[in-house]
Amino acid sequence: MASFKPTKIPIYPKLGEKVTPDTLYWKNYKAPVQIKEFGAVTSIDFSPLAPHNYAVTASTRIHIYGPFSQEPVKTFTRFKDTAYSGKFRSDGQLLVAGCEDSVVRLFDVSGKVALRVFKGHTKGVHVTDFTSDCYHILTGSDDYTCRLWDIPNSTELTSYKEHTDYIRCGTTSKLNRDIFITGSYDHTLRVFDARVEKSVMTMDHSQPVESVLLYPSEGLLVSSGGRYVKVWDLLKGGQPLVSLKNHHKTVTCLGLSSNGQRLLSASLDRHVKIYNTTNYKVVHNFDYAASILSLALAPDDESIVVGMTNGVLSIKHRKSPEEKQEVAGKQRVRPVYRVFVKGRNYVPKKDDFFVSKPVKSHLAKYDKQLKRFNISKALDTALENRKPDITVAVMKELDRRGTLKNALAGRDEQNLSQLLNFLIGNVVDPRFTPVLVTATEMILDIYQAVVGQSSVVDRQLVRLQELVEREIDYQQDLLEVLGMLDTLFATSLPRKEVPCPGSSRPNGLIPTLSH
Amino acid sequence: MVEHAEIRMVRRGGSKINFREPVITNDSRFLLCAAGESVNVYSTSTEEFVHDLQGHTDLVTGVVLNPSNHLQVYSCSADGTVRLWDFMDGILIKTFIIGYPIYSIYVSEKHGGVVFVVVPMANYKSSELFQLVAVHLPRSGDQEVEARELSAVLCDVSPHPGAVSFGREGEYIAATKGLQLEVFFFKKQKSYRFSLKSGMKKGVKNAFTCVSCHPKEDCIATGHADGKIRLWRNFNQKKEYTYTTLHWHHGAVNTLCFTPEGTNLLSGGIESVLVHWHYTQENQKDFLPRLGAAITHIAVSPDGSLFCTSHSDNKITIIQSCVKVSAIIQGLVKGDGVWTDLIIDPRSKALVLNGKPGHLQFYSLHRDKQLYNLDIVQQEYINEEGLDQFEVVKAAFDARGDWLATVEERRKKGAELEINLKLWAYDKLTQSFVLNTTVTAPHEDRITGMFFSPSPETTMLVTTSLDDHFKAWLLADHSDTKEGFWSCDFVGGYHLLKPGCCSYSADGSLLAVGFQEVVTVWSPASWELLTTLSQPPGAIRDLCFGRLSCSKYLLGTSTKNQLCCWNLLTCSLEWSTPMDVSLLQADPLSENMAAFCSQSGSSDLFVFKPSEPRPLYSQKALCTGKVQHAVFAPRDQMLESCEERTQWLNRSQLYFITQDMDLLTFSTKTEEDRLLASSKQLMVDDSVAVTPFYLLLGKHRRQQLEKQEALTNPMAERTQLPQGSIAIKELLHTPAHVLPSASFLCAMFVRSLLVSRSSAREEKAEEEMESEKEEEDSEGEADPRLGESAAWAPSEEFGAPALTKAQERELRKVKTFDHSWLSSLLDS
Repeated sequence: MASFKPTKIPIYPKLGEKVTPDTLYWKNYKAPVQIKEFGAVTSIDFSPLAPHNYAVTASTRIHIYGPFSQEPVKTFTRFKDTAYSGKFRSDGQLLVAGCEDSVVRLFDVSGKVALRVFKGHTKGVHVTDFTSDCYHILTGSDDYTCRLWDIPNSTELTSYKEHTDYIRCGTTSKLNRDIFITGSYDHTLRVFDARVEKSVMTMDHSQPVESVLLYPSEGLLVSSGGRYVKVWDLLKGGQPLVSLKNHHKTVTCLGLSSNGQRLLSASLDRHVKIYNTTNYKVVHNFDYAASILSLALAPDDESIVVGMTNGVLSIKHRKSPEEKQEVAGKQRVRPVYRVFVKGRNYVPKKDDFFVSKPVKSHLAKYDKQLKRFNISKALDTALENRKPDITVAVMKELDRRGTLKNALAGRDEQNLSQLLNFLIGNVVDPRFTPVLVTATEMILDIYQAVVGQSSVVDRQLVRLQELVEREIDYQQDLLEVLGMLDTLFATSLPRKEVPCPGSSRPNGLIPTLSH
Repeated sequence: MVEHAEIRMVRRGGSKINFREPVITNDSRFLLCAAGESVNVYSTSTEEFVHDLQGHTDLVTGVVLNPSNHLQVYSCSADGTVRLWDFMDGILIKTFIIGYPIYSIYVSEKHGGVVFVVVPMANYKSSELFQLVAVHLPRSGDQEVEARELSAVLCDVSPHPGAVSFGREGEYIAATKGLQLEVFFFKKQKSYRFSLKSGMKKGVKNAFTCVSCHPKEDCIATGHADGKIRLWRNFNQKKEYTYTTLHWHHGAVNTLCFTPEGTNLLSGGIESVLVHWHYTQENQKDFLPRLGAAITHIAVSPDGSLFCTSHSDNKITIIQSCVKVSAIIQGLVKGDGVWTDLIIDPRSKALVLNGKPGHLQFYSLHRDKQLYNLDIVQQEYINEEGLDQFEVVKAAFDARGDWLATVEERRKKGAELEINLKLWAYDKLTQSFVLNTTVTAPHEDRITGMFFSPSPETTMLVTTSLDDHFKAWLLADHSDTKEGFWSCDFVGGYHLLKPGCCSYSADGSLLAVGFQEVVTVWSPASWELLTTLSQPPGAIRDLCFGRLSCSKYLLGTSTKNQLCCWNLLTCSLEWSTPMDVSLLQADPLSENMAAFCSQSGSSDLFVFKPSEPRPLYSQKALCTGKVQHAVFAPRDQMLESCEERTQWLNRSQLYFITQDMDLLTFSTKTEEDRLLASSKQLMVDDSVAVTPFYLLLGKHRRQQLEKQEALTNPMAERTQLPQGSIAIKELLHTPAHVLPSASFLCAMFVRSLLVSRSSAREEKAEEEMESEKEEEDSEGEADPRLGESAAWAPSEEFGAPALTKAQERELRKVKTFDHSWLSSLLDS
């Protein structure tokens, strides 16, 4: 007496991306929080201090948000024109911002009015940053100059006029107070040393540079411009290391995950790509609703903040581990102490002989019904199941038993509409089509006499018809494309001659006759 | 043609054991069933084959216990004889010659010396009419007796053995045929007929299929074709009979059986569920479901503790106390056909072919026993008629037996063909195959051929299909997952022709695929089409590369009666001959090839080497019909025959299956002699379930048991002691009246104790004396004797020179005495 063999649920090849540790890591964020700003979000900067507030520069304002608040905790509005590049100092106390009106303003994070105002640029200032000693400010402007300012005296220290186009990005070294790097629309990246009059290194990006990023070790420099992201080795005198072309529009912003293992690039093509920094392969990809202008990661990757051209700020928070456990805990009912712990802590003695209990196999609900030949009930239970592959497998099993028609027959309006809903949802799925087409034909056969009696069912039937017609059109188009491709491939393939031994002897018959 | 006396065709197992109802002996230890031309005796507890009763010259059609002696059994056969056997010892006691082919046999305790057999009516031999006749068995001492005293009981009965049954204490007999039940009362010598309407209504098929009578009450149970069971009562008159109907089966009721006390009724049918009706409460029933295949017969042991059911897949299931399957006797399953070719598993050397539906069976050729079934389809089998089921149509092993590839298909009427290709990896831990990869719809049409590459470096599989393509499958290495899985490597085709067959060369460096009339040769390393060979009209049926020294030859057979041999070095035809070859098979261990040709309804066999177009061996008219499947099975031990005719059987043996699904093979004289010798070795006096395992361990175990008994029970030890000697055993087993008188024996014994003068006389009587002594020696006497011999020894040492020659001889004789029993006594 053999035991009942359960219905085999085929494993379909997973469509879409493969699951890697990276996808698991980057998928582990909650649904994004969206905040509408007044204009395009040009810059986002996280405070290095503990609550990790972040400054969002959009239009003529800078908002400072707390890590979980949707309302700004602080707003700086004293700008006469569009503000740019709001940046925190490394102690989190001061904030500097450039402005389209060429004035650079320095704020106390707790205050409202600008502490210092640096005037000297003749055009809008898009780049501001603090040097690592915290006493100087770097600015870069559309007047092709970049300057260093002293904070206590609010005086200009030096000015470099080497770029021949707008300076739109720049960064200071976190290890050396004198080194800083700027990128410009003249396609070059320049490394300056404040102790020297001229730039110490020049690299050609060959596209207008939109963003630069220094690795924490400061041996490597990443720049983005046009569709390219390029990595330069500073220790080898600015030798290009890699050039990445994974976006199809201008890459506007770069970021680095907190452990330095992953590089992020955001682009106007609405994607954020995440690269592995050892082999520079794309390991993950985020999609957003609009072109992205700015991107920032909170320390420890706790949140990803992205600013877009339509003024929407999108914040994704990482799921906390407690929440995850809570979800898992809710699903599982704890075992009853008396039943499950009895004899668990028994320690076997040395000479004990183990007798393993036969493992009781548990059948799924639909299998229990199938075992009893309750075919209609089995189909009902399978339809309640959320996974279409299980439902389809049960249908296939019923078809194999020759009883699918009986199982489908004799249903009332509600039951039938549930069935039709399932068919509408899945009939065009190529994995299920062979089985579901048979089932659909059977349903039409059985219920054709009662068509027109229920408006719900009629509507669904019409929908099903439309769906099938559309699918047929698709298939036809695809076949046409396939035919075209075949023609193209056939013309491009070199023709190879098959050696034929029968050239001298027509078909090898001659030796037979002579035999 | 010269008669090949040295090579003989032998039937190798696989006889049908589910042909007729099996019989369980009174002590429930043995099960007897008709198997081909013999009756097999199995042990019910160990399901082991004990021995067979051979003697019939045609199909055995019935086995019944002799009601007057429960150690004897009657068997009837289509050769027109009824034979009486002692089944314990396997001895033929008597042969009764009836003269007509017998279809079934019935006996009753009330009718001693009479057996009832079903024979064809003498006058209507052609019209298939049968009658039930009573045969009075003549009492005579001869081995072979002609039983001519026949008296017809019932005319026009069904030859089906389930259609006749004896009623309570043999007072009446019930027979069914078509829509009619006939009951014959022996006392009144009168029969009543009850008929049912033919059932014009839809779904009603009233035809009787089987009948069984209640052993204690007047009640007849009949089974019907529409699954109903009717219980007839009050049938000893024409008019006022009654019946009640029980209905559970949805297919025909194949068999019915009452338990010996009549408390339960057992029924079985195609559903493969044993239904267990309670006689008085008919609405209560128990089920024993999923017995594997349709039930064809049910038998109950005389004490009612064991049931056994025969199944359509050549299986007998023994069920203990209605609930537990205790043993399964499985013959070679011969389903509706063998779709997979015969294959030899390289690991176990077992024959692999279709088994139960959806399974592959592994069948040991040496032991004629099924090893195990491998579930390929892995779906619940629905026992219903007219259902399209998945069938395993192709199977192949790779060279080392690490991989098994199977193809299963299910063809629905008017729907797409469902094909699955499955690849199984051998798991050393469980000693079985584990599913590795399933490819659904590997091809768009039927798969015509599937082969593994024989080269040890790559495991590559090639499938050819009617969808104009052949595909190569490779085991892909995946570093991230632990074990690799199979994926398609190459799809090949040739001018949209349908590939029919393919073959690998012995080293795996060439692949030949036959596309209708063209043979294409490919290199599996680069998938380059190397050359094409064509031949006279006719699609290619079979392709085969030569082996070893003949590996440069490629052989092909075509539908237009041609056997061609190409030389691959010159790419030209070497020779060809007009032959209608239905099957071409290469021996993997030698250069030999076997070709089965069908000619005018029968098959011929030719064994040849590709290098010389002269057959090594040929046999005309092998069997009727086409031979579809054959295989060379490698031998365990090589034969050393030098004769040219038998040389081809040295390394491997050729097995083939005929159209009637008989498994046959060729064997030589020397081999048979050897087999005979080995079977003699295995003969053991005890008849209970002798297995080689028992032979090894049984004796040892018995000795241990004896020792234990001796330790615990000194009395037992004493009684056992004298039996140690053969002489005593002989003495004790010889009837008393044959032995010389006790006084004579005693006198001899006493005389033997004395030191005699003439040595010659003594040596003659030596054997006798030995036995005498041991017989007379009871335990009480043994001890003083021991003391005696102990006392002698020192005297010998002291007075050595004083001994006479006669004395010396006497002493030597004492030394040679069997002292084993004595020493064992001392040990204890």
